[in-house]
Amino acid sequence: MLYDLRLKIAYKYAAMAGSSRHVIRVTPRDLPGRQRTIVSSLEISPRPAERSAFRDSFGNEAQDVFLRGEHSRFEISVRARIERQASAPLALPDPRIETLEDAIRLHRDLGPDSPHHFRARSRLVRPGQETTGFALGVLPESAGVVEAVRRIGEALHTEMTYDVNATDVDTPHEAAFAARGGVCQDFSHIMIACLRGVGIPAGYVSGVLRTIPPPGKERLAGADAMHAWVRAWCGANIGWIEFDPTNAIEVGDQHIVVAYGRDYSDVSPAKGVLRLAGGQQSSQSVDLVEADSAGSSAP
Amino acid sequence: MPQMMPNLPPAIEAALASYRPLPGIPDELIDPNGQIRPVWRAFIDLFSRLSPDEIAARFALGDQHLADSGVYFRHVDGGTSRERPWPLSHVPVLISEREWAEIEAGLVQRADLLELVMRDIYGPNRLVAEGSLPPMLLAQNPEWIRPMIGVQPRTGHFLHFLSFELGRSPNGKWWVLNDRTQAPSGAGFALENRVATTRMFSDYFQSSNVKRLEGFFRSFRDHLLSLRGADATVPAILSPGSHADTYFEHAYTARYLGLALLEGEDLVVEKGRPMVRTISGLRPVDVLWRRIDSAFADPLELDEASQIGTPGLVGAMRQQGVTMVNAIGSGAVEIRALMAFLPRICRLMTGEPLRLSNIATWWCGQSKERAHVRDHLDAMMISPALSTRLPFDREDTSAIGGKLRTQAVQTLQGLLDTEAGYLVGQEAITLSTSPAYVDGALRPRPMTLRVFLARHADGWTAMPGGYARIGRSNDVTGLSMHAGGSCADVWVVSEQPIVPERMTGLGDAREIAGDETELPSRAAENLYWLGRYIQRAEFLTRLTRVFDIRTTELRSSNPPLLEHLTGYLRFLGVEPDENPPTAIAQSVRSAARCSRHLRDRLAPDALVAIAALSEMIAPRPAGVSLALHMGDILRQTIGFSGLVREYMYRSSGWRFLSAGKALEGALSTCSLVASLVEPSAPPGAMEAALDCADSKLAHHHRFGFDMSCDTVTALLCLDRRNPRSLLHQLDQLKLHLEAMPNAAHDGMASPLMRAFMKIHTAVAVQTPQTLDAATLLSISRELASLSDQLTATYLS
Repeated sequence: MLYDLRLKIAYKYAAMAGSSRHVIRVTPRDLPGRQRTIVSSLEISPRPAERSAFRDSFGNEAQDVFLRGEHSRFEISVRARIERQASAPLALPDPRIETLEDAIRLHRDLGPDSPHHFRARSRLVRPGQETTGFALGVLPESAGVVEAVRRIGEALHTEMTYDVNATDVDTPHEAAFAARGGVCQDFSHIMIACLRGVGIPAGYVSGVLRTIPPPGKERLAGADAMHAWVRAWCGANIGWIEFDPTNAIEVGDQHIVVAYGRDYSDVSPAKGVLRLAGGQQSSQSVDLVEADSAGSSAP
Repeated sequence: MPQMMPNLPPAIEAALASYRPLPGIPDELIDPNGQIRPVWRAFIDLFSRLSPDEIAARFALGDQHLADSGVYFRHVDGGTSRERPWPLSHVPVLISEREWAEIEAGLVQRADLLELVMRDIYGPNRLVAEGSLPPMLLAQNPEWIRPMIGVQPRTGHFLHFLSFELGRSPNGKWWVLNDRTQAPSGAGFALENRVATTRMFSDYFQSSNVKRLEGFFRSFRDHLLSLRGADATVPAILSPGSHADTYFEHAYTARYLGLALLEGEDLVVEKGRPMVRTISGLRPVDVLWRRIDSAFADPLELDEASQIGTPGLVGAMRQQGVTMVNAIGSGAVEIRALMAFLPRICRLMTGEPLRLSNIATWWCGQSKERAHVRDHLDAMMISPALSTRLPFDREDTSAIGGKLRTQAVQTLQGLLDTEAGYLVGQEAITLSTSPAYVDGALRPRPMTLRVFLARHADGWTAMPGGYARIGRSNDVTGLSMHAGGSCADVWVVSEQPIVPERMTGLGDAREIAGDETELPSRAAENLYWLGRYIQRAEFLTRLTRVFDIRTTELRSSNPPLLEHLTGYLRFLGVEPDENPPTAIAQSVRSAARCSRHLRDRLAPDALVAIAALSEMIAPRPAGVSLALHMGDILRQTIGFSGLVREYMYRSSGWRFLSAGKALEGALSTCSLVASLVEPSAPPGAMEAALDCADSKLAHHHRFGFDMSCDTVTALLCLDRRNPRSLLHQLDQLKLHLEAMPNAAHDGMASPLMRAFMKIHTAVAVQTPQTLDAATLLSISRELASLSDQLTATYLS
């Protein structure tokens, strides 16, 4: 599937902000065999005094941006043409959860995709009794890992209400779970807590969703802004699979991956340090449409 | 216990009468045969000849030094934090040079090993790949800072300054209790320990062969200087600020070594390198001796909640624009569990065994080790694997000798089942004892050594002594080292005479002096406001005193004056009934707050004066009048001002302090004259104004008994010979502003100077008749906006 992406994130400040520095993670990843960026551009306004790209410890492409002097807004726009492959159905046997512990121990590697990074609590995800209890409640006696991921994801989708007014970006996932409501960030953090709680390494994925669904399919929730979902490690053979608890579907060719991390704080699209005298307003717009196969509507 | 040597001189025998080493526990002073170890003999000889009074007098000399220098550490207890005097244990610990050389060789090997481990865990990760280090110990290690993975330090080294805690085991050998690689503290305190003991035992020192500490600091300073890029300014200590428990040490060390003392907000990162905000603009600094924990160093890429970091510092490391001493992320090798693996890693990476063992440690994440811990619970301390604290730290030790130290719900066996990877077992250790002077006699107390290692061009050297921790009771399991322990000097005694060396005159003096124009803006701001608050406190105190005296004298005869004065005081925020008046307390507290950030720039006497001033801000006891209380406060502020005027080096810092005083002085004179010296003021108000400006005598001298608004205005505003006058304050302010950077450019005055000269001239052309209240208030407003302009020009 070939897509054209337009992503815009904008901040408006009530009062002038002084010089500021930001790290942004907005460019779609290259994932061999699954996702490939054919062409992309990133524009920042006002024009940064400094801009340097680096790859973070989870393999995401990040930009370190410095805006010198006073400014009243900060805008990021991305345009890209991306090729996304539908994932092949899993043909490998699903390992039992109990076997993961040993599989992880044998994994002597700390690269970006190592399961070791994704097991314990992280800044925004704290596996606890509530989430672990919930997860154990939906699992059969001896579950396979992939099976567990699907069951937990689907159960959360049933249990939780998608509600943009229930939470904000700083709401702890415990509070969102207690209220049984939230947005993709809450769904994802809660599911990660559930998975880690039962011993499955799990991480956070930020990305974008196809804006207009394929004919005959429903539009996915969360397509208006950047979206989030979950990845889970299912043993050395299967590796990582991705599941979208907000829509209760396995991630396929309607999802474009932007960044991987342990939770939102590792992947937030724009993180900045600046002095603000007043408030700020932020807005996002995302447009991910199927490119004309002839390429005539190139971005 | 073994008997003491029978043929000891009676004095020594008497001095050691209460000294009973514990059975089976090595003692630093007495060997297993009951003999005084040779290295101690001369010192004990001296000590035993001192009477209790002489001992007390000598100890007082040491304590006096620490008090005069203001040596303190911040102690956090139950949520409150306060400054505490440095707890010196007056009797030093003596160690022979030969034994010290073994310690040093062992720690140099360990330092090199830790450097190799750092290089691996932030680089290729071979230790994990080869199974020598469990990945969990990095993946869940809070000090393994992921953004630093793959970042090469530009000098090639991650570690430059380390410390190690050592204890002596029952077999007499030293072992390492923990590794401090993040931001070791204590070296500055060691220097103060040494100055104090040198004072106490000056007669002994002159003839002894105790190794000096200065050379260690000199070579480390030279190392820091050598790490700089071509155009960078003097290296800096990066401190978390005055709330840190060891801030005194940061300031002291910066001062001693001629380094800058910076905090995160002094810095801004531009083009991949940190720059200091100074009164002359941004200046590059590229060597930072980091005393702030890694996670707090950069709110952008590390802990986003950090209020004390500098956004972009991680980026500057990535772009090789700065050398961090030690690298961000170097706390990763402090974790307890690493000690379980270091012996094997050492053989693997260097081909040699560890020369100095560390405390035996088993990581419970491995089944064989877990079983061992389970089977030997009685001889184990069980504690968190990823903790970086000392082995016997009270706060996080779960169990000792199998007995739970907390009301844990789970049994220890249960913990070992469910939390194994997060636990280590460590051999329950005992420490050696060394003499402390307790209740009038030398008694054995448990002891650990802290040894500092610094890198220089040819490798590592250890600071020869300086720092030991002494336990409070004779419990040698180490638990008494917390809560109330003290700190002793350590003397490494050579068999050869020592050639004394001093810091002064070493290296290139010009190199470290630091350009006067490089005063950090934040320091200048604190100095400027210190001057303003001290001056404000002085003015309000004088006025309150004048009021209280009038109240006593004129209670019935002049109610209008008292009413007028009360109204004026209230306008200034002083409520005379409050004890002490809030506005005065606030000015003094604000001054004290500024001074806390200036430990490296104010003389110890000035700091002591401000501390004494703060202590006076307390309710006065019954029977002490307000006027008396104000008089006490006033004398203290005048004392501080005198120190500044007579003793403070005429640095640009002094300029800012003095400019703050002059500007505040001008403001208060405007306010005083506008309020009390005007036709509508009640009788007696002008005298009160003269009193408050301490100008009564001068007035009499100039005008005899004639007093009018004009004569008082002339004296308080326009008479340059009166140091309290408005014009005199402005003359002073002019001198300071002219001496500040960029006051003139190409023969043109700066905008700030031009704004100032407008005010100065406007006052100078006045006569007593034209200078009415309205004019004075408009001058006040212009002075206030001048202060804003000064802030914008130099202080932000």
